[in-house]
Amino acid sequence: MATIQVFDPALCCSTGVCGVDVDQELVGFSADFDWAKQNGAQIERFNLSQEPMIFAENAIVKGFLERSGAEALPLILVDGEVALAGRYPNRAELSRWTGIAIAEAKPQSSCCGGGSCA
Amino acid sequence: MQRIKFLEQAPRFLFFTGKGGVGKTSVACASAIQLADAGRRVLLVSTDPASNVGQVFGITIGNQITVIPAVANLSALEIDPQAAAQAYRDRIVGPVRGVLPEAVVKSIEEQLSGACTTEIAAFDEFTALLVNSTLTAAYEHIIFDTAPTGHTLRLLQLPGAWSGFLEEGKGDASCLGPLAGLEKQRSQYQAAVDALADPLRSRLILVARPQQATLREVARTHAELNTLGLSQQYLVINAILPAAEAAHDALASAIYAREQQALNTLPAVLNELPCDRIELKAFNLVGLEALRHLLSTNIPISAQSETHTVVIETPSLSTLVDEIAQDGHGLVMLMGKGGVGKTTLAAAIAVDLARRGLPVHLTTSDPAAHLTETLSGALDPLTVSRIDPQVETERYRQQVLATQGAQLDAKGKALLEEDLRSPCTEEIAVFQAFSRIIAEAGKKFVVMDTAPTGHTLLLLDATGAYHREVTRQRGGAEVHYLTPMMQLQDPKQTKVLLVTLAETTPILEAVNLQADLRRAGIEPWAWVINNSMAATTVHSPLLQRRAVNELPEIHAVATHHAQRFAVVPVLKAEPVGVERLLDLTAGRY
Repeated sequence: MATIQVFDPALCCSTGVCGVDVDQELVGFSADFDWAKQNGAQIERFNLSQEPMIFAENAIVKGFLERSGAEALPLILVDGEVALAGRYPNRAELSRWTGIAIAEAKPQSSCCGGGSCA
Repeated sequence: MQRIKFLEQAPRFLFFTGKGGVGKTSVACASAIQLADAGRRVLLVSTDPASNVGQVFGITIGNQITVIPAVANLSALEIDPQAAAQAYRDRIVGPVRGVLPEAVVKSIEEQLSGACTTEIAAFDEFTALLVNSTLTAAYEHIIFDTAPTGHTLRLLQLPGAWSGFLEEGKGDASCLGPLAGLEKQRSQYQAAVDALADPLRSRLILVARPQQATLREVARTHAELNTLGLSQQYLVINAILPAAEAAHDALASAIYAREQQALNTLPAVLNELPCDRIELKAFNLVGLEALRHLLSTNIPISAQSETHTVVIETPSLSTLVDEIAQDGHGLVMLMGKGGVGKTTLAAAIAVDLARRGLPVHLTTSDPAAHLTETLSGALDPLTVSRIDPQVETERYRQQVLATQGAQLDAKGKALLEEDLRSPCTEEIAVFQAFSRIIAEAGKKFVVMDTAPTGHTLLLLDATGAYHREVTRQRGGAEVHYLTPMMQLQDPKQTKVLLVTLAETTPILEAVNLQADLRRAGIEPWAWVINNSMAATTVHSPLLQRRAVNELPEIHAVATHHAQRFAVVPVLKAEPVGVERLLDLTAGRY
């Protein structure tokens, strides 16, 4: 199974409650992340403000930060290759990468974050 | 010698808590001296950023336990919470500095610059003193001039807080984030919390001034910490004006009456606590002799024959309003620690603008609401609205719990709920509510009695969350070339007024707030020193003494801290209504 690594921006916490407004995209992704993990996916999250060394030690992530800056995060690597940047994956994408089937046809995360397509 | 209840059968640990400027450090010092004089071996621990403990004893103390030669049996230690937080930041950020881009490193540092980081880092420093160790074995009493907040203690007691953290070696949670990088074991933190909650080992002494607002706040602290098991609590009311002083003039008599009124109507929960009252002293609390006398009554007041009238330049608030009025519109935000009088001053500024015929929207978070009520409809161009911080915070909490909370197990939910009790949460919830009104500042004056800290603004700005919020408030209309952050940074559009008192600790707190705002590129436009005795003419010798003590503080603001400033005198009566508020801005007391 593919290994997924999610590099978060510098969040006060993974849910983003203390420091920013409640970001619906983050809420949705936290749920999808749990779903993938519970279904046996090899998926990990790293928070820039708590584990910056992991960002610095990965050449792809480091290069991404040098080119695009922290505001371009999140960055998602699948098997070490860039799979997605600038937004979190939705459940369909996680399903495609991991091969885990989605049981109900109920989309869990919205197409966009924070109302930018409102 | 007067019987001091809070020192009778004192347990090993004594914690003095109260808001900045009430005299915690002085009372803690005096207590340490008294116990040491009685033959006990005492360690005094100060976390006061304005700590003058070393100065009091005439030696340099710092971050090491230091024997105090002038007082037998006494040692002292100064912990600097800011330095502790900085050391923690360096530990996390140090290894990637120069490796990751500078802007990235800055964004990490900002995340670790909040009040929570400082608080948890300070608690980490405490821990070693609370658990049994050879370091402290020699001391019968350890006296702290501070106490951890309920928020910190609850976090440490939550099992969920630990699961992702120290045990797995990395974590993702919240306000406890800082602990991830701290060294100690969970068992040590647990032992520290246990020691705090053990009435045989710990006593909490709430320090207050005889002022209604301060006493209400102390009552809240009491209830919160009591729930957490810190049941051994005492109350000290410091710096009470003695009855004899009331006879000197109308102002002294008004202050005396106001204080007595506050003392006679103590919140019910405080009435049950053993209480000591300390009178305002005519001497400065500097030096060993002065501190030895702090806890005693019947000190001969050296007859102060010369009734020196204090004359200094104290520009009135009205002079600031003159300048604000010139722009015709804009956002005016008052910032400062709780209890310095932000709501009253915001109302006074709004009224002074409105009487010039300028359109003003005054919006406050005044919990009592009486001020807002008295002003509604009082002046034609003035609209008044109110945001209830508790209601806004609760709405925000419910919103988060309904979304994120729904996905979490019981442990995770408990942790999320605690994160939502953090001071940042309230600040953000209130600021979101205010941001609906900020958009009006393009057409009229908007005066607010609160402002977000620079830390919060930087976090909101970094994630674009604030931008999204304001765009949404404006109905999705595109905000041309101007980000909301730029609106706050432009003094033509936004003026931040720092409100403080002419005393050492409140001034230092304001200096810190200013530094925090500067980090976000916001320069406070002016400082307002509220409740100043030096801005009055008073005949009571004790109050004159206080006026003289204010002079170096006011001078420091005028020459060092502020671009422009105003001084508002202590008032004889609550400034309720338009006329009284205009008296206030004009400097009439």
